[in-house]
Amino acid sequence: MSNIPADLKYAKTHEWARLNDDGSITVGISDNAQEQLGDMVYIEVPDVGKLVAAAQPCAVVESVKAASDVYAPVAGEIVEVNGNLVESPETVNQDAYGEGWMFRLRPSDPGELEELMDADAYESFLESESH
Amino acid sequence: MLIFEHSRSGRRAQAQAPASAADTADIPEQLLRRDRPLLPEVSELQAVRHYTQLSQKNFSIDTQFYPLGSCTMKYNPRACNTLAMLPGFLSSHPFAPESLGQGFLACLYELQEMLKEVTGMTAVSLTPAAGAQGEFAGVAMIRAYHEARGDGERREILVPDAAHGTNPATATMCGYTVREIPTDRQGDVDLAVLKESVGPHTAGIMLTNPSTLGVFERNIQEIAAVVHQAGGLLYYDGANLNAILGKVRPGDMGFDVIHMNLHKTFSTPHGGGGPGAGPVGVGRRLDPFLPVPVVGYNGDEYYWIDETVRPQSIGRLSAFMGNAGVLMRAYVYARMLGREGMQRVAEFATLNANYLMARLTAAGFDVAFPQRRATHEFIVTLKRQQKEQGVTAMDFAKRLLDYNIHAPTTYFPQLVPECLLIEPTETESKEDLDAFVEAMVKIQQEAETAPERLKEAPHSRPVRRLDEVRAAKQLDLVWSGPVG
Repeated sequence: MSNIPADLKYAKTHEWARLNDDGSITVGISDNAQEQLGDMVYIEVPDVGKLVAAAQPCAVVESVKAASDVYAPVAGEIVEVNGNLVESPETVNQDAYGEGWMFRLRPSDPGELEELMDADAYESFLESESH
Repeated sequence: MLIFEHSRSGRRAQAQAPASAADTADIPEQLLRRDRPLLPEVSELQAVRHYTQLSQKNFSIDTQFYPLGSCTMKYNPRACNTLAMLPGFLSSHPFAPESLGQGFLACLYELQEMLKEVTGMTAVSLTPAAGAQGEFAGVAMIRAYHEARGDGERREILVPDAAHGTNPATATMCGYTVREIPTDRQGDVDLAVLKESVGPHTAGIMLTNPSTLGVFERNIQEIAAVVHQAGGLLYYDGANLNAILGKVRPGDMGFDVIHMNLHKTFSTPHGGGGPGAGPVGVGRRLDPFLPVPVVGYNGDEYYWIDETVRPQSIGRLSAFMGNAGVLMRAYVYARMLGREGMQRVAEFATLNANYLMARLTAAGFDVAFPQRRATHEFIVTLKRQQKEQGVTAMDFAKRLLDYNIHAPTTYFPQLVPECLLIEPTETESKEDLDAFVEAMVKIQQEAETAPERLKEAPHSRPVRRLDEVRAAKQLDLVWSGPVG
C-alpha cells in the first residue's frame, strides 16, 4: 500500500496539499501517483505570480510511461516553485511528500482546503478506483 | 556500430560514384561548396554489410507477430507497393498538366469516392500528409465552420479520457481549450458528465470509436444528439477504423468529420516518420471548408479543384496535393479488397481479438472489460501479477521479445493499471495467435517461479533492458565523433 501521510489533504487528481503556518499551501503529487507514473524524466512547474483556479492544470510531469497534468487543488496565487525538480525530476519518485514538492500557493479562499479529502478518504478513494 | 565509425578518410565506393559523374564543370562557380560534406567514407561492401546487418536487427511485422494495440500493425500486401511503383505513377510530376496525368487523377478520385463510401461522409480530401495533419485539418474545419457562422464564442473541445493523446494536442494547436470527459465503469463515455459539460462554449467533441479501451462506444447516437443540440460538432479519430471497416460508418453515427490513418487501415507504410497520408472526410456542414486541392470529375476528365472553386476552404496543407505515392498504395489495397473484402478486414480483426481475449481469460489472465465484447483490440491488466509476483506489464512486454513476439502496447490507455493493449489484426493465422497465448502462459509460469527472468529480459536481443530515463533525458541523435 502506498504511503498516505495523515496530516495532508488530497485531491481526486492525486495531488497532496499541506497547510503551512503562514497560511500558504504546499502542493505535490501523492506517493501513489508517482508510483503509477514510474520514473520521472521531465517536470514543468508554473511561474511564480500565476493565478490559478481550483482544478486548473498548472504543472506537468512526464515519466517514462506518460505525460500528465498536475492540477491546483485549490484556487490561489503561485508564490514559490520547486525549481530543483527541473534538474532532478527523480526527486518526486524518491520523496513525493518532502523534497519532491512542486509549488506553494496562497489560497484565495482558505476554506477550499476543507473540501479536499483527508488521508482516510483518499485511501478509500484509491481502493475504489482500483476496482 | 554507426556507419561513421567505419569511416576512413579518402575511402571511396567507386562503383557508386564513377569519376565521370563527379564532373562539376557545368555548375557555376558561386554554387560550388568550398568545404567537404561531413559524410562517412566507406567502401561499397562496407556500406552493404552495415545496412544489411542493421536490417537483420529489425523486429518487424515481416519477421514477427506484432500485436501493438492502437497501432494496427497489419501486413501490407506487397502488391500495394509493386503496383504503386509502376513507372507511369513513379515518373508523374505534380507540375505536369492534368491532361498528362489522367490515370493518376482517376485513381485519386476513385480513392476519394471509396473512402467516402466506407466512412459514410459526403466529401473527402486526400491532401493531409499524415494522421497528425489530418487531425489538424479536421479541427481547423470545425473552427472555420463556427467562425463562418459568427459563432466565435465556442472555445472548448471535449475529449474523453480514453482518447489518443494526439486529440488534446490537436485541439490545443487549433487554439481551443480542452475539457476532459471521464469514462464510466463499462468503458463508455460518462453521459451525465457530458450533458453537464456541453453548452454555448462547446465547439465539438473528439472521439475514437471503438475507443482505446477496445470497446465500441454504445451511446454514440445519444452523444451525437447531446453535442449537436449544444451546437457542437463531432470529430471521429480514425485510429480504430480497422475494427468497423465496411460494417458501421462514422457518418451514420452522426460524425461531422473524420481523419483516416491510411497506414493503419489501408496498408500504407507504417511509422519511421516517412511519408504518410491522413485524408479527411466531412459531412455536409463542413464540406465547404475541406482542404484543397481535391480531385473533381465531370464525366469526361479528371481535374484539380482549388481555392477558386472552394473559397471557404481552410486552404492548402502542403506544397502540392499530399503524398500521392502513398495514396496510390491505399488505392491498390482498397481495390484489391473491394466492398466485401473490407468487411472481412473488420470481421477477422475482431474475431482474432476476441479469440485471443477468450483464450487468455481461460488461461487465467485478467482482462479490463470482461463483460464487454472486444473490438479489434482488448486490454489485459497485470495488476494482480504486480501485487503477487512483483512483475510489471513492462517485464511481460520485454520477456515477450525473447519469445520472438513484439510487445503489445504498454501503459496505454492510462486508465487501466499495468495494462497491455493487444491488437492481433486480421492478418494473423490461428497458429500464430495460439503461439502468443502459449508464450503468455509460459511467462506467467516464470513470473511465479523465476521472476528475475522477466525482470532482466530481454535476454536474446542485440540490446538488453534499456535505461529509459537516460534515453529520455539525454537524447543523443547526432554523431559527434570524427568524420572521415
